[in-house]
Amino acid sequence: MDTSRFIAKHVINLPKSGIRDFFEVVAKMKDVISLGIGEPDFDTPWHIREAAIYALEKGKTHYTSNLGLIELRREISKYVEKNFHASYNPENEILVTVGVSEAIDIATRALINPGDKVMFHQPCYVSYHPSITLAHGEAVPVPTYAKDNFALTAEALRAAWQPGCKLLMLNLPCNPTGGTCSRAQIEAIAKFAIEKDLLVLSDEIYSELTFEGEHVSIASIPGMKERTIFLHGFSKAFAMTGWRIGYACGPAPLIEAMMKVHQYSMMCASIISQEGAVEALQRGEDGMKAMREQYHRRRDYIVRRLNEIGLKCHMPRGSFYAFPDVSVTGMSEKDFAVGLLQAERVAIVPGSAFGPNGTGFCRACFATSYEQLIEASTRIERYVQSLRT
Amino acid sequence: MNPVIKLLLEGGSLSTAQMAQVLNLTEADVNRELEQLKKDGILLGWRPVLNLADEAGAVRAVIEVRITPERGGGFNRLAERISRFDEVESCYLMSGGYDLLVFVSGSTLQKVAAFVSEKLSSIEGVLSTATHFLLRSYKEQGFLLDVKTEENDRLKVAP
Repeated sequence: MDTSRFIAKHVINLPKSGIRDFFEVVAKMKDVISLGIGEPDFDTPWHIREAAIYALEKGKTHYTSNLGLIELRREISKYVEKNFHASYNPENEILVTVGVSEAIDIATRALINPGDKVMFHQPCYVSYHPSITLAHGEAVPVPTYAKDNFALTAEALRAAWQPGCKLLMLNLPCNPTGGTCSRAQIEAIAKFAIEKDLLVLSDEIYSELTFEGEHVSIASIPGMKERTIFLHGFSKAFAMTGWRIGYACGPAPLIEAMMKVHQYSMMCASIISQEGAVEALQRGEDGMKAMREQYHRRRDYIVRRLNEIGLKCHMPRGSFYAFPDVSVTGMSEKDFAVGLLQAERVAIVPGSAFGPNGTGFCRACFATSYEQLIEASTRIERYVQSLRT
Repeated sequence: MNPVIKLLLEGGSLSTAQMAQVLNLTEADVNRELEQLKKDGILLGWRPVLNLADEAGAVRAVIEVRITPERGGGFNRLAERISRFDEVESCYLMSGGYDLLVFVSGSTLQKVAAFVSEKLSSIEGVLSTATHFLLRSYKEQGFLLDVKTEENDRLKVAP
């Protein structure tokens, strides 16, 4: 019997993640240096793990409020105020979610009417377009370019805008490009959002990993807090990817709407992860800074090496991804990635997996040890040289 | 004892190339020995021995911890849980009036005190702690500090 006839049409048409496909191949090979895993190589700092263990020992195993532990929401409010200069009321303007991934899912489901248009910049994380599709919205991609170091410009927004656009999804610093925006660029985007009456959904998960200059949250720009949902979490800054814990901050009516979806689909985020998150916000700053310093050093190393090898790579101001241009080799980004994997057993992700403006580029994640980075650069260099002969 | 370990323990700072010269091995041999020592869990890592007394923010303390042994695990589980904290430099099981000797460092006295009261003392199974703060170090891991070395005036030629 063909059970696939029961699958909803819009899900059949949803493409499988380009990253996962590639990695099925990688998983079967031995001795591969993977620069393709988008998560910190660090384990969660011990004091955070221990706080969660302690919580389990004390019997913290029950449901929490749908919105999340009030203690966590208070810490989030303090943290966001201090680091992002936007103040949110822990009682009704903050929602604790199962990762930023869930926050994006419930936001799109709470905000999109069938046919509503949603703008997002690409190359981008693989889930944005699918979340729009799953909520029956219409995706309006906005290109970002190497000449701008993949910052999102108001000009590009204006060129891509169409009547009927309701939402603008931002991810700054950006996965996969490492691009982020200056204060002036953020202000220009804010001005555009106000002009076109857009609601902004801002995923700032990589914001602590900003290596030069300031990270400016669009929620802190005058006039924007009332039309922004600020999304953040713990996965990258505190190495808590597997804990599945994040949060959304925004105007009370929007948080209430998201909470409606969340309470039926999730009830609440894991209490253990919430306890760990409290510890992270209360005492995790030193550990976070130490990790950031490591990423900074690794970034400087790998970007320098890639440029030396002949693969032009801009210096990403944020995130832990380098986005080199591999088109100089004459190969497509897919062929280059596959060829590199087969010849030298180094895995990087073809940029086209992240959107059409990723064509010609590959994403290399430098959240891995110095030894691995050094060895990977040696192998990439050998491969690029072999292409010349 | 392995000649490579012996040479390492002497505390000189020879490069692997120099070690190879001294031991009459190739550098590859020395590296292979070191890799094997790592695999066997004998060589745990490399740390320079630094005198940080003048550096602001190097507060060290030694804590005597009394814990209850557990069925099936003795002191191991608790000792491991305590050892995993970044603040803990070393943790030893001792004979005598207490169970664990824990060496701790932090950037301020308050931070070390907070670690002891909030993280260490509150673990289930920890009966008591006695914290002693380090005032001055005279010898660090085999190296004397602040001791004036005599000028070496050995004769260049002697019968």
